[in-house]
Order: sequence, then C-alpha cells, then structure tokens
Amino acid sequence: MTFALILLSLLILGSAAVAMALRNLIYSALLLIGSWAGIAGFYLWAGAEFVAFAQILIYVGAISMVVLFAVLLTKQGHAPEPVEFNSVSRFITGLIAGGGVAGVLLGAILGMPLEVRTAGTTPTLTVKALGAQLMGPHTAALLVIGLLLTVSLLGAVVLASDERRDQPEDAP
Amino acid sequence: MSPLQLCLVLSSLLFCIGLVAVLSRGNAILVLLGVELMLNAANINFIAFWRYGPHPDAGTGVIFVLFSIAAAAAEAAVGLALVIAIYRHQQNIRLQEATRLKG
Amino acid sequence: MTLSAEKLWFIPALPLAAAAVGALMPRSGRAIAAGAAIAAMLAAFLVSCVALSTALADPAAKLVHNFAWFDLGTSALRLGWLLDPLTAFMCVMVTFVGALIFIFSLGYMKADENFKQFFCFLSLFAAAMLGLLVANSLLLLFICWELVGLASYLLIGFWFHKPSAAAAAKKAFITTRIGDLGLLLGMLWLYNSTGSLLFFDGGAGVLETAALGSLAAQFTAGGLAVSTAIGLLIFCGAVGKSGQFPLHVWLPDAMEGPTPVSALIHAATMVAAGVFLIARVYPLMSADQVLAHVPLHALTVVAFIGAITALMGACIAVAQNDIKRVLAFSTVSQLGYMMLALGVGSWVAAIFHLLTHAFFKALLFLGAGSVIHSAHHEQDIRRLGGLRGPMKVTFATFAIGMMALSGVPFLFSGFWSKEAILHAAHGWEVSQLPFYAALIAVVLTAFYMTRLVAETFFGKARSDAAGHAHESPATMTIPLVILAVCAVLLSLLAWPSPWLQHQLDPSAHSEPDGISLMVLSIVLVALGLGSGWAIYGRKPRVSETSADPLATASPGLIAFLAAKLKFDELYAATFGRLNAASAAFANFLEVWLWGGIVTLLARLGEFTGLVNREADERTLNGGFNSVSEKVRGTGLAYSRAQTGDVHGYLRFIALGFVILVLLVVMGGAK
Repeated sequence: MTFALILLSLLILGSAAVAMALRNLIYSALLLIGSWAGIAGFYLWAGAEFVAFAQILIYVGAISMVVLFAVLLTKQGHAPEPVEFNSVSRFITGLIAGGGVAGVLLGAILGMPLEVRTAGTTPTLTVKALGAQLMGPHTAALLVIGLLLTVSLLGAVVLASDERRDQPEDAP
Repeated sequence: MSPLQLCLVLSSLLFCIGLVAVLSRGNAILVLLGVELMLNAANINFIAFWRYGPHPDAGTGVIFVLFSIAAAAAEAAVGLALVIAIYRHQQNIRLQEATRLKG
Repeated sequence: MTLSAEKLWFIPALPLAAAAVGALMPRSGRAIAAGAAIAAMLAAFLVSCVALSTALADPAAKLVHNFAWFDLGTSALRLGWLLDPLTAFMCVMVTFVGALIFIFSLGYMKADENFKQFFCFLSLFAAAMLGLLVANSLLLLFICWELVGLASYLLIGFWFHKPSAAAAAKKAFITTRIGDLGLLLGMLWLYNSTGSLLFFDGGAGVLETAALGSLAAQFTAGGLAVSTAIGLLIFCGAVGKSGQFPLHVWLPDAMEGPTPVSALIHAATMVAAGVFLIARVYPLMSADQVLAHVPLHALTVVAFIGAITALMGACIAVAQNDIKRVLAFSTVSQLGYMMLALGVGSWVAAIFHLLTHAFFKALLFLGAGSVIHSAHHEQDIRRLGGLRGPMKVTFATFAIGMMALSGVPFLFSGFWSKEAILHAAHGWEVSQLPFYAALIAVVLTAFYMTRLVAETFFGKARSDAAGHAHESPATMTIPLVILAVCAVLLSLLAWPSPWLQHQLDPSAHSEPDGISLMVLSIVLVALGLGSGWAIYGRKPRVSETSADPLATASPGLIAFLAAKLKFDELYAATFGRLNAASAAFANFLEVWLWGGIVTLLARLGEFTGLVNREADERTLNGGFNSVSEKVRGTGLAYSRAQTGDVHGYLRFIALGFVILVLLVVMGGAK
C-alpha cells in the first residue's frame, strides 16, 4: 500500500515539477495531464472512487482541453521567449518564498503527532450514499455551486468574446 | 512515517511546486496551472484526512472535494478566458506586463 | 489445442499492439508498421483457428469469462469474454479476410506518404472489430462498436485533403451516430430493467431465460413488450451501422476512402457488425415471439426493413456508373438480405450469408481496387472497358466474385447462402412480401453484376487510362486468388450437408430442401444474367459518351435511380429545413418577445435613474464632495503600493504566511 502511494507521489510530483519548469507550454500541459491522472490514481488508492472519476472527467478531460485551447489561441505553442534578467531574479525570490512555505509546512507535518485511525480498512462510501448526502444535507451547497458554474461560464464567454464587434441587435 | 503523514507531505510538496510556479513564471497560463496544482494539493489533503480521520463514514471530505473540483473548473474557465482577453489587449500573455491597474 | 475463454483477449490484443507499434513509429518506419500489422493479423488468425476448434468441440456450450472492470463503492461494473461458434466463425473470417486485405494494401497504398498511419488505423480497426466479436457484455460491445466507428471515420477521411472525402467521413460518423443513440438508449433501458449487461452469466445474464422471461412479461405504454422496445432500440444501432434503410445514405459516400478500406470495413466486416449484433442478441429479439397479442414483434420490423433495403439497394445499383458505388449499393442490398433472414427467424442463414458475402464482396472490392490502381484511379465504368486482355488474373477472380454474388448455382458459395435465406423467407408465416422482394432483388443482382463486368472488362478501352492498364503486382493478385478460391470452397460448408448451420445452432433440425424453390431461384438468376448480357454484353459500349441502353428506354426512372432515389435531397429538405425553421423561430422569440420585455425593463430603469439623478445632484452631493476629496487623497497615497506586479503581491502573501506560522509556532513554544 505504502509502496504504491510512494510510486504515485513520484509520478505526481515529478510530472508537475517538470511541467512547471518547461518552456514549451504544450509539453507542460501534456505533463500536467499525467500529474492529474496520478492524482486520480491517488483518490482511487484512498478509496474515493467517485472523486477519482470526477477528477479524470473534469481535469484530465475538460480542463486540459481548455488549457490546450488557450495555449493554441494565444499562439504559445512554439517560439519560447528569451529569458530576461528580471525573470531570473523573480525566479530566485519565488524559490525562496516557496521554499520557506515548504519548510514551514513540512516542519509542521513531521513535527506533529498525528493520531491515525486504524489504517488498513478502506472506508467505503457508495455512490448512492454520496448522492443521498448531496441531495440531502448539502442541497443548498449543490445549488450554489451550480449557480456559480453557470455564472462563471457566462462570464468566461463574455470575457473571451471579441468586444470590437458591431452593435448587437438586442432590441427590435 | 505514517501513511497520513506521507499523504500530507505529498500534498504540501505539490502545493509548493504550484506556488513556485505561480511566483516565478511570467506566463499567465502557467501561473493559472500553478494555481490549479495548489487546489489539487488542497483536495489531496481533504481526501487524506477523510481516509484517516475519525469519521470516514460521514463522507464530508469527499463532498467537499467534489465542490472544490467544481469551483476549480469554474476558476479555470474564467481564468483562461481572462488570459485570452489579456492576449487580445497586449498581444502576449506575460503577466509582468499586465500592470495597467497599478496606482 | 484449446483456448480457454480467459485468454480470448489475445485475439483483439494482437492487432491493438500492432496499432500501438504503428503509432509510435516515425513516418519513415513504413516497413515495420506494415510488417507488425500483417504479422499481428496472421497471429490473430491462428489464435482464432484455435478458438474455432475449441468452440466446435462442443457447439452448444457458451464459454464465458467475466471479470469486474472497476468497482464503484459496493457495485461493480463487469465485462467479459464469450466464446461460442458464432464468435469463433466471425473471428476467423475477420482475421483471414483482414490479413489478405492488409497484404493487398501493401501494393495499393505503396505510393501514399501516409502509408504508416494507414496501417496503424487498419490495425486499430481490426482490434476494435475483434473486441466487438469476443465481447460478452453489451457495454464492451458498445465501446468496441464506437471504436470501430471511429476507425471507419479516420479511414474514410484518410485522403482528407479531398473535400468530398472529409464530408463523407463526417456524414458516415453522424449518420451512424443517430442509430447508436438508439443502441445506447436500449442499453440503458436493458440495464435498468435487468441490472446487468452481461450476455451470459451463469443464469443471470440478459440473454438467459430468467431475464428474458421478465422482459417479455412487462409491457410499455401502447402494449409493446419491454423486450420488443429494447430490441427495436438495439436494432436502431444495427440499422445505422449496417447501412439499412433509412440510414443507408452514408455507405455509398464512404467509398471515398481507399479501396482496401472499402473492402475491409464497408463490405466485409464493420457493416456486418449490425447483423452480428442482432444475431448475438437474438434471444432478446425473439423473446416476444411467445406473446400472441402484442401489436408488433421486433423481428417483424427487422424483416421488413431488411426486405426494403435489399430491394432498394439492388434497384439503385442498376443505375450507378462508379464501379465502387455499384458494389456499395450491392453491399447495402446484401446486408438487407441478412437482416431479412434474421427477421424471418433464421439467424443461422444470416450468419452464413454474412460469412460467404464477406469473402466474395472483399474479393469484388479488391478486384475493383486492382482495376482502379492500374487504370490510374479511373472509377467510372463508362471510361473503362476492355480490361479482360491486360488484366487476366483480376478478370478471372472478379468474374468468380460476380458469379458468387449473383448466386450462380451449385459451385459458388453465394448460391447456397442466398438459397438458405430465400428458403427461410418463404417459410415465414407473417407475410410473403419480403420473400417476393428478395426474389426481385435476386434478378436485379444478377443483372447489375453482369452489367458491371461487361462494362469494365469487355468491349474496348474507352479512355487512355484504361488503354494503358496492366496487371497489378503480386501483393495484390495473390490475395485476389486466395479469396476467389475461398468464394468457391465455402460452398462446401453448406453442401452436401448443412454442416455450418448445424455447428452454429445445434438445436435446429435441418428441414428438407425445397427443390421447387431452388429451381425458381436458378431460373431467376439465369434471367438476370441473360438480360444483363443481352443489354450490355452483346453490344459493348462504343465510347464513354454513348448512352446507356436502359437510360434511353426510360430516362426518368434511371435518372431517379442514379440520384439514389433522392434520399440525400429528401433529408436535406426535411430534417435540414426543420432545423433551420426551428432556429428561425427561436430567433423570432429572442428578438421580439424576450427582447421586447428586456427593452421595456431597460426603459423603466432609465426613467427611475433620471429621477434619481435629479434628486442626487440637487440635494445630496454638496456634503459628500468634500469627504470624497479626502478619501481620494488617502487612496492616492496607498495606491503607490499597488505596483501592478502580480508576482510581487503573491510573494508578500507567501512570506506573510510563513511569518504568521512561525509566530504561532514560537508563541506556542513559549
């Protein structure tokens, strides 16, 4: 079990790190798909199958496509830009800040005695139970998130649409 | 090291990879992808605590992750639309040049 | 040597591996990609032969192996493999014909720069098709079904720089999707009512007595049994895939693809998948036969659709001038025959015809490919002619295929399978109309095939391309010869004893052959051949512009047939118009109704805004103005901190977080 987790972690972290370091955005996006798929594998490992499938559908299937479209629409696929001095200094400060956060987090995790429920038994949560929870106690949240998605999609359409078009024919 | 700690280490390392990308990369799309990675790290935490927490049958962790994924989808859509809008404005997507709102 | 059902996945896995090899090769790896594809097909053929011998050891047994694909909470999604004579015969046919067509493609596609992709796609297709055959789950079958459709799309549009090929690929994909929607709905309904999609599962499968009984005992609105409704929905998928009326329109256009593709996918294997599907779920289709008082039996619909398609395809084929389109409509017609056989209750005859048809139709298509290849891609039979001399092997094999398709008696396999279908149709209690339709189609088939051979191979060359034609290379002629031998030898499966029928369905008792029926069909075939020869063979066409004898006799009818009964125009005029009209209506609503309401509200808002502004400017503003000046001053001061550098902000947030945590930790430590 632990061995599988370590393998998955290596996959997730490795592809994420390489993706973030590459200069060709297409490769980054493809590597990130691998990383997301690895995270879905982690969910499967942890026994949350439904979340794993949601992860695959939404991240590996949908968001990756949106990213690739954005890369293509903004013509970022080829011709990486030259490295400026500005960006080197930014990289160093970024690394320092990120390293600081990592140090604090890891120190906290490793230094804290975490009580672990008897591991080994994977909790099972059927899709049916999940559905009952979503439609029962969490109905309001479900509705809000639905509304949020609708509004954000409308917003995305408005943002991405070309403003320089002719006057719309709204009124008769 | 217990499995829970291993999961938490995984998630915090992933979070930091995302953070470093956000802080140091100039390309707006990569910054957004870094944010996505950070969100994923948070989701891993939820699942890990659900798996090893005291009340796994309640399933709140799983449900929270579902909502979080939905929010991430919304975020990605709006974010990438913003990237395209920026591109239309300044013909590139370098974040350090998108400073028209400065004081 | 036997093959257990657990190892059945070998058969589709071999071509799939070849497809993967082909996909990973660089464009220059032509020999490796093609070699892997052919080697995988031959290996799959050997495994299929082992599977066949295993299945024939006990024809009545259904060897199944089911496994859980993945778990969702406590419920599992299960898939499985199934080995019975039906699967085994189909696998042997697909791998054998497939391997020959792969070899043929070596010669045919030699000059194409995308040679490697071609073999990759072909292997993908073969893998999906074989997966479809060995599936023991409607879901797995559906997945492979869609993959086959995808491969077909890729291969029809293989020469995608031709706009007609791209359009044909799209048309094929969308038209079959209409049928697949029915299949998907039927599958969901089936799962909802039985809780399983496995065909055979030790008594719990959907094709076993328990499930069938419950399905036939429930009724939907309108008095249909649930099994009838599900069966008809599944049949929709078969109609789309097998080019049955009214969804046949894509199949002739699919001839835009390379000719080996037409032979493999659109003649021998994929289009037969619909027939295979109905044969596979035959217990479900026939479950409502025990009910006497239902308005409709599923198989009745199948029989009539099949009869209409058989007759219609044969009629249209008479008036086509493109060598591949004649064959395409002939395929439509023959698939109609198979559906007819299924509908009248003899799935064994349908599968028999499927197997023989696969061999001789692949032979005909490859022969046409050989002609097209050597005549510099000239496909119009009015511009061919006289090829009998330079292309002896092609002519001889093509003639054998033509006689098998026309049903020339005794020696050729097509005769026996067609005979079985006619026999079954004659014995159908519900109606004799399909039988008469099939008889007319027999005459027409012999007629148009004679016309095709006479126009292509006899007379004298009517264009430069045909005049310079030469025999194709050995990679192309050898598969032709092998297929021609098979087209003859397969008749041994049925004659002198109905061996194949017995292996496929051991429970069926063989009935005495109707001698009078056989004589009738021989007379009809002779009539078709004779009239075809009399009209086209005796006086060959002189030049490419000279008129067709039939067209001069009845120009209106032939033009109507040549336009494929105007189905494309009909669909454009009905479904296309409907779509446009609903869009126009929606636009009308949008502009006048919703737009009007929105404008009204906007005007109201504007008016209140006006009133508000008046009140504001006169009374309230004075006090606020001075305050806002102050706020503006402070804002300006603070806005210096807004550098606009997103990275700077984020860096401060991260460092702030670190400092906060450190403060907390140190505070706790004290």
